[in-house]
Amino acid sequence: MLTFTDKGIYCKQADVYIDPWKPVKFAIITHGHSDHARSGMKHYLCHKETEPILRLRLGKDISTQSLEYNQTLNKNGVTISLHPAGHILGSAQIRLEYKGEIWVVSGDYKLMPDGLSSPFEAVKCHHFITESTFGLPIYRFPTAESVYGSINNWWQENASEGYNSMLIAYSLGKSQSILHHLDQGIGNIFLHGAVANVNNTYNEHGYNFPGVWVSPDMNRKSIKGAMIVAPNSALSTSWSSKFPLLRKAVCSGWMQLRGARRRSAVDRGFVLSDHCDWNQLNEAVLATGAENIYVTHGYQATYAKWLSERYHLNAVEVKTQFEPAINDMD
Amino acid sequence: MKEFTKLVTAVDQTTKTNQKIQALVEYFAQAKEEDKIFAVSILIGNKPKRPVKTSELREWTAELADLPLWLFEESYYTVGDLAEAIALMLPPQQNEHQLTLKETLELLVRLSDLPSVEKKKLIIGYWMSSDTAERFVFNKLITGNFRMGVSRQLVIKALAKYLKQEPTAIAHQLMGKWNPYEENMESMFSTESHLDKSYLPYPFFLAYQLDDQPANLGAITDWCIEKKLDGIRGQIIVRNKEIFVWSRGEELLTDKFPEFTSLQQTLPSGTVIDGEIIPWKDGKPLPFQVMQTRIGRKNIAPKYLKEAPLVMVAFDLLERQGEDLRQKPLEERRDLLKQLLASHPDENLLLSEAMDFSSWEEVSKFRENAREFQCEGLMLKRKTSPYETGRRRGNWWKWKTDPMTVDGVLLYAQSGHGRRANLFTDYTFAVWDGDLLVPFAKAYSGLTDKEINVLDNWIKRNTLEKFGPVRSVKPEFVFEIAFEGINASPRHKSGVALRFPRISRWRKDKSIQAANTKSDLLQLIDVQNS
Ligand SMILES: [Zn+2]
Ligand SMILES: [Zn+2]
Repeated sequence: MLTFTDKGIYCKQADVYIDPWKPVKFAIITHGHSDHARSGMKHYLCHKETEPILRLRLGKDISTQSLEYNQTLNKNGVTISLHPAGHILGSAQIRLEYKGEIWVVSGDYKLMPDGLSSPFEAVKCHHFITESTFGLPIYRFPTAESVYGSINNWWQENASEGYNSMLIAYSLGKSQSILHHLDQGIGNIFLHGAVANVNNTYNEHGYNFPGVWVSPDMNRKSIKGAMIVAPNSALSTSWSSKFPLLRKAVCSGWMQLRGARRRSAVDRGFVLSDHCDWNQLNEAVLATGAENIYVTHGYQATYAKWLSERYHLNAVEVKTQFEPAINDMD
Repeated sequence: MKEFTKLVTAVDQTTKTNQKIQALVEYFAQAKEEDKIFAVSILIGNKPKRPVKTSELREWTAELADLPLWLFEESYYTVGDLAEAIALMLPPQQNEHQLTLKETLELLVRLSDLPSVEKKKLIIGYWMSSDTAERFVFNKLITGNFRMGVSRQLVIKALAKYLKQEPTAIAHQLMGKWNPYEENMESMFSTESHLDKSYLPYPFFLAYQLDDQPANLGAITDWCIEKKLDGIRGQIIVRNKEIFVWSRGEELLTDKFPEFTSLQQTLPSGTVIDGEIIPWKDGKPLPFQVMQTRIGRKNIAPKYLKEAPLVMVAFDLLERQGEDLRQKPLEERRDLLKQLLASHPDENLLLSEAMDFSSWEEVSKFRENAREFQCEGLMLKRKTSPYETGRRRGNWWKWKTDPMTVDGVLLYAQSGHGRRANLFTDYTFAVWDGDLLVPFAKAYSGLTDKEINVLDNWIKRNTLEKFGPVRSVKPEFVFEIAFEGINASPRHKSGVALRFPRISRWRKDKSIQAANTKSDLLQLIDVQNS
């Protein structure tokens, strides 16, 4: 029912694309990250909580339609529904059913609860499309809960020595789940513009993420013992260097490896990811009951080989034309 | 072992020198007394003997983690570090052990003589009673690659702070070979222990590369300027009619240099000379490589003594008649050195001449053409400078000539080892040999993170073939490769071997046709050896 084309994953029967990277008529978007939600589509379908993000990032005037989780939509005989992917707020797996054949496109997902987004729900299917960003047994992540604890401890420690703390995290998704778990009793929270923009959008829709935007004319010299949340881009610009007495940490699954930690040249690396680690991937694949697994970006060849060999699944590597740079897919 | 693991984690987590020293001092303050000397030994780079084969470690891990060996190997490749890869893949910890660092090292020593089954049982037992961080440290001890972002200099500073002694005194005590099983903190560092170690050299004073205009150094008359020769930095020590030759790497090389044996008769007792040991024939230096082949051999046949005779070009006198001269100004030390060499002439001991320049412009010009004078640049030393310890700014500078450069075509790429997982960062470059591209250099460093990302993306889309982890790519990009030296090498396809090649820039302005040729490389050798 689904094919992999140079525009993206395509369902001919329904004439829809999922997370396409070239302009098409009808695009179903799993979530708002830039490697999944691209501009130029005639019409977008996504989860209700992703809709405001698409408008923020792609323009107010785009044509969109949204669904709740588990709500269905029929398109030329194909039943389409969205299911929680647990990746970020509003992230969805796309289920498509036609004449009894069921496909699930999981987009980006994780099983480990982040305490903010709707937890992943396994959807039974015949064909399952999975990413493999951390598809090697070296990636086994601690619980998000314990990492939030370490982050607060680190902040507390820095603050007690008079230092500011800066967390580098993806502006959409990870920043919010971190902000949701910061202990506001420790000190003030400041935000990079990219994070503040996303927060404002969510806060207009019933959320209440803390933090004050650091405007260009703000006097930063007086900031002390505070937490600053910023995206990766802030590291390479002078933006981050304007804060007095600062310690920096990166929050990413890649921080599992010493080499990546050292290369990032910050004071700390927190292993916090919105993707599946090795154990979660295996658990998810088995939970779908699918016989046919399509493995996309990450360690696709290796992971497909493992699935075929260990679980005797019909697993194949899908060469995505688009290999995102590491920074875009933490 | 918990404290030591905590220390390793702490120094690994920070890039800041002060925080590393702080962590070391805290460790010394808290660790078990018997552990400390072992920690010092490990941290300054002494390796325990490897008790098991790494292939066994790999098999045991794969078995425990219930992974096929191929998957273990691919994962290990991504991590780039065996100790870390194993620590990450082992199943969760089951219980806790109470072994100290010393006991852990003793366990490793004991392992060596045990049959493989026993080794396996003990190592697995240790693994399963440790957390990931501790497993990593334990594996590092087993595999003997303990380079953990702590330099000898850092350990010295931390010990000095902890013991409230001078760093120079600590550095001196740590020179040479010593056995942590025969020493303790008392015997190594108490003031009484500073006595009879007559074979020990002084800690070397090392220069930074000058990164500024020499004019900013002030009046040229304040400086002693010498050729920077390309050899082995060493100290010759004559005390109690015995001679010791030490390299800067603190290896005792006396046996490698029979040329100097006679000095124990001719030089007065209590003499320490600092200089550069180089191959020398017919009144001029030979290429460094000549000596390298000789140093690498266990026994030096007379043939090599003849082909690559060595001399020391002496440039400093650190001890005279048993008196430590290091605090005296350089000018005075050099005068004493000259007198010594004049009164005790030896054909294997030459004086590094102070060169006569009347302006910094003249110095600059000489440096540009340094290779024509068989040297790799200049040493600039303040005439009033004492002989300091370790690498320091201010009084001594090395001013190397610009590296040689060649434009090469990117031909192969390989993902980086232990750097960023899944990213191509190791490259092989080629030059033209007729209409063929022949590889001549591998280089890792030199590009910015942004350039690495762009190139990585391009490589993934322009792969021609995969050979294991290596990909061949479409010849399209030209890079300028810089290096310090070049020599003929029949083992390499290009016919040359380079010293310290690295990428100096991405020549986006050049097409592959404009890259250099094999004959260009051979010509460079001629110029260098002229
Ligand atoms: Zn995503
Ligand atoms: Zn993604």
